[in-house]
Amino acid sequence: MITDAAPLLEVKNVVKHFTVGGGMFGGPRGIVRAVDGVSFTLYRGETLGLVGESGCGKTTTGRCVLQLERATSGSVVFEGRDLTTLNETELRPVRRKIQVIFQDPYSSLNPRMTVGQIIAEPLGVHAIVPDAGRRRARVRELLNRVGLLARHAERYPHEMSGGQRQRVGIARALAMEPALIICDEPVSALDVSIQAQIINLLEDLQAEYRLTYLFIAHDLAVVRHISDRVAVMYLGKIVELADRKALYDDPLHPYTRALLAAVPIPDPELEARRERVVLGGEVPSPLNPPAGCVFHPRCPIAIDRCRSVIPDLREIKPGHWAACLLA
Amino acid sequence: MGTLLDVRSLTTHFVTSAGVVRAVEGVAWDVNAGETVALVGESGCGKSVSALSIMRLVQGPAGRIVDGTILFKGRDLLKLTEEEMRRVRGREIAMIFQEPMTSLNPVLTIGRQLTEGLEIHLGMTPAAARTRAAELLAMVGISDPARRLPQYPHQFSGGMRQRMMIAMALACDPALILADEPTTALDVTIQAQILELMKDLSRRLGVAMLIITHNLGVVARYADRVNVMYAGRIIERGTAREIYGNPRHPYTLGLLGSVPRLDEPRRERLAPIEGQPPDLTRLPPGCAFAPRCGYRVERCLVEVPPLRPLGDGGHVTACWEADRVGSASRGAAELRQATSATRRAVK
Repeated sequence: MITDAAPLLEVKNVVKHFTVGGGMFGGPRGIVRAVDGVSFTLYRGETLGLVGESGCGKTTTGRCVLQLERATSGSVVFEGRDLTTLNETELRPVRRKIQVIFQDPYSSLNPRMTVGQIIAEPLGVHAIVPDAGRRRARVRELLNRVGLLARHAERYPHEMSGGQRQRVGIARALAMEPALIICDEPVSALDVSIQAQIINLLEDLQAEYRLTYLFIAHDLAVVRHISDRVAVMYLGKIVELADRKALYDDPLHPYTRALLAAVPIPDPELEARRERVVLGGEVPSPLNPPAGCVFHPRCPIAIDRCRSVIPDLREIKPGHWAACLLA
Repeated sequence: MGTLLDVRSLTTHFVTSAGVVRAVEGVAWDVNAGETVALVGESGCGKSVSALSIMRLVQGPAGRIVDGTILFKGRDLLKLTEEEMRRVRGREIAMIFQEPMTSLNPVLTIGRQLTEGLEIHLGMTPAAARTRAAELLAMVGISDPARRLPQYPHQFSGGMRQRMMIAMALACDPALILADEPTTALDVTIQAQILELMKDLSRRLGVAMLIITHNLGVVARYADRVNVMYAGRIIERGTAREIYGNPRHPYTLGLLGSVPRLDEPRRERLAPIEGQPPDLTRLPPGCAFAPRCGYRVERCLVEVPPLRPLGDGGHVTACWEADRVGSASRGAAELRQATSATRRAVK
């Protein structure tokens, strides 16, 4: 899939800290290290999966790329420009090129606008199709492309099913003719039979328009299906990053292994034979992450050094990175 | 082991301005003592309403159980007075919900929420109830229970809240637990912990469980028998092995085919079920799945297929074309066998 030498997006050492507490009712002040030094590269036309459990910082990472959150430090280089140095006016043309698809299309679509208006609005605002008549034609075209009918333009979001609403969300993103789409849990709110429809649609659109996806999700099977490369996050850090095949066939980080072992497989005979490796404990608070490797309190193979030494994300094999002293 | 719960021709409707929603339409299933049974299906198929009907917690006046019997230990729950039913709820049949935060009382301590049932249902003294509450927390894997009892739900993590719900469900030593999407809101490593805990406790204590879920993997790991629901009806039932190894309804086959699987080589393309579930206020006259079905014949559009037995292993399916579906699913299973065999050989 990698064809261009220059990456489309380069995220370098992005850190995003939130201050909590200290307000009127706030209790003691603290710093949530939501994203703590994340780096990755995206090439045109590929899909990078970003997996992890809730609170690992995957969504905040996506929001930092979108510049919906301004990173505390680090850089987000898109088509050669560092977005973190741009002001709102300079960002406007860039925003068009980076679109987002959210988990819950219902809360991201204006309930008072028809589907047609929702898709047409940004076409007008960004002057992509300034003529109102042409805009209607373009809306029909987009609806068609995402598997909806022209008459759906007259409907309101509440009149549609979850799958149809997600198609509207995709059509709206597509209207901007973006280069990069951040897909933040785009199928996790959908029923399984509908999930597959949306995943196939995203793949078709990628092939047709040579889109680049940052695919944020917690479902490891879905991520394997759609991604070329996969990054696993834990407590604000990327702990492993590799090609899809290498990551799933030969995971190097104990957290990745635990995640894969935890996924139940729809086959009772296989499940009966399968060894149960249940990871104990819970994800520690990002307000007060453990010293050393953030995973060490839950790690089945941790040694003394893991309690004090922070492991770097190292290239263990060509293209296969892991942040583990024992990898 | 005998039949613990026997649901027959259960029909639950909701009267709305848009028409009558036929949420559950003449459904029959049972749970044996100590057994884990699954109700599987997608949103709106009637699986949660089935559970609420058993507890008689369907919200009136819109919702109403219009027909059926629910025999629990031989007594019809639908014929009990509200007072008698209150003694069944929590005492003999307990329920675990998807989102523990909305089913725990935010202004009562963990300890109080556990002891309340013990005092009311079992007539324990406050002191005895407190001791038992601490035991229950320890049993579900919450460390340092004495320190935890005076805390409030918001001080617990999502996984701990679900453990707490399980402790509450087990408090009065019920014969049956209805678990409605018990791990859907949890992360995958925590989900594994909770499911392992539930399975272990139900085995050790001999509690029967009804797991309601849309997650086919969860069902495969934990259920003895599986009921697949679609549009208010059960369309297939069998042992987990039969349902996964030899699905005989096109919907079951479609569900299994539409999820990507980690145990198989990655497929180039997923095989979704096209279309959408029907509007429950305007169900088609024939089979509700017919509009989305690749095996559809003329008859499917006019006549609702009844559940018919396939062999004598208790496997039943509601499809006129079950034989044709059977040969397709055998083909798919063989293909799977073959690919996983090659994969093992490669490794």
